[in-house]
Amino acid sequence: MAGVRSLHDAVADLVHDGDTVALEGFTHLIPFAAAHEIIRQGITDLTLARMTPDVIYDQLIGAGLVRKLIFSWGGNPGVGSLHRFRDAVENGWPRPLELDEHSHAGMANRYVAGASGLPFATLRGYRGSDLATRTDTVSTVTCPFTGEELAAVRALTPDVAIVHAQRADRAGNVQMWGLTGVQKEAVLASKRALVTVEEVVDALEPRPGAVVLPHWVLDAVSVVPGGAHPSYATGYSERDNAFYRAWDAIARDREAFTAWLDTEVKAAGATGTAEVSR
Amino acid sequence: MSEPAEDERTAAAAEPAAHGVTSDELMEVNAARALAGSRTCFVGIGLPSTAANLARATHEPDLVLIYESGTIGSRPTRLPLSIGDGELAETADAVVTVPEMFNYWLQGGRIDVGFLGAAQVDRFANVNTTVVSRGAGRPEARLPGAGGAPEIAANCRKVLLVLRHSRRGFVPALDFVTTMGHGSGPGDRAKYGMRGEGPAAVITDLGILRPDPATAELVLTETHPGVTVEQVRDATGWDLRVAPSVTTTAPPTEHELAALRALKAAGRKGRETS
Repeated sequence: MAGVRSLHDAVADLVHDGDTVALEGFTHLIPFAAAHEIIRQGITDLTLARMTPDVIYDQLIGAGLVRKLIFSWGGNPGVGSLHRFRDAVENGWPRPLELDEHSHAGMANRYVAGASGLPFATLRGYRGSDLATRTDTVSTVTCPFTGEELAAVRALTPDVAIVHAQRADRAGNVQMWGLTGVQKEAVLASKRALVTVEEVVDALEPRPGAVVLPHWVLDAVSVVPGGAHPSYATGYSERDNAFYRAWDAIARDREAFTAWLDTEVKAAGATGTAEVSR
Repeated sequence: MSEPAEDERTAAAAEPAAHGVTSDELMEVNAARALAGSRTCFVGIGLPSTAANLARATHEPDLVLIYESGTIGSRPTRLPLSIGDGELAETADAVVTVPEMFNYWLQGGRIDVGFLGAAQVDRFANVNTTVVSRGAGRPEARLPGAGGAPEIAANCRKVLLVLRHSRRGFVPALDFVTTMGHGSGPGDRAKYGMRGEGPAAVITDLGILRPDPATAELVLTETHPGVTVEQVRDATGWDLRVAPSVTTTAPPTEHELAALRALKAAGRKGRETS
């Protein structure tokens, strides 16, 4: 049952050392502020899941909080490589990073299986690809009706899902729109769920194509205006493209990254985590 | 979907070609032309997105652009910054979730062309976007990974690839097969039960390669104006086969160049203001 809570308390209650955490967002509505709160609290030994790990996962990985990454595409969208991710994979800095690597279709179906309470999902996938040789969460299954051999992907059931949305009402029902990616599936696949929102409104007016997450499938809602910055939040803010471009130089260098993390995240305290007091 | 990482770009990319047309523009214009007659296109970000939007702005105004972030029928007025660009959703006929996109629309066999970029290709148009070997004793260089490509290449009716031509990109053997093109030759796609016919063309900044219908091996069929066959062979990491009569691609028209440059200028403006 969702309560509207401060981001600090919600993260402290819901995210623990060693958890598998999915901070989802298919390059839109990315929960940057919640991830920064995880960094400030030093929650570590995490397994992170996400279809499109980008700059915020680069930050968590570079901060040394991540043991393993479950993903299908890791890059700085429209800019280039994730240098902290690469440094961890290639050189083990600041710690080795184990990978469980998939295709987008496979990852999406892993969440669907998790949300559906099934042990695995099937798809026509991974055919002719070496991907299946590097993971133990892809196998095959034979269709009992046609005999066709299909890929089977293990359900993904994170301990915690964290997503950012546009609005919640006072009961904690959440509404998101625009590109909603795989967020509903990630929330429903996870044992616990935290949603940060741009604002709380008295009533959620219906919107075409919007996804509504009822308060009773969520554990906490925190009001964090700009909580997806620098990514897009349709209806609220555009992508801060200058930041994505600047990130390339910051992340390229270990010292520059560490200094950035210290001043911009760790020393920033609760900045940008405004909450509604009720 | 693999977006072009900075270090994939070749230094030659921005060199002007004949008549003030850059080699990149020759690649982009010819990539757009390759969509002639197509109705629906699953669009990778980066070069494929430039090509697909140029096709829509010129000879295929009704081309349905489909982006893996969930947009169907996007009509962006500028090149999107990423697949999460709100412009793609706001101008789309429909916006669906990512599982729906991959399961119903792609796996359902509803899309004509998959347009992909690549870090590395081999002679059978198999693609690597995962890891590149740097030699014994050195760790593999990490690339972004598969994204949607393996299933896009398997399930679209045909596949187009676009990338800049270099020995680093056109390699004798892939270090990792992320996405199967024609496997190890004819019959491999059927063996894997793939619905689509696979890569039909690889468009580069030097010319166009197409699979030999008999062997499925890529053959140089066209060079861009001012490019020699030897240049293309030199930029290819294997002994590239050459068609008996290599033709020259038609120079970009004024209309194509103007449309391409307008799309890019609008994209730059979008970047500055966002």
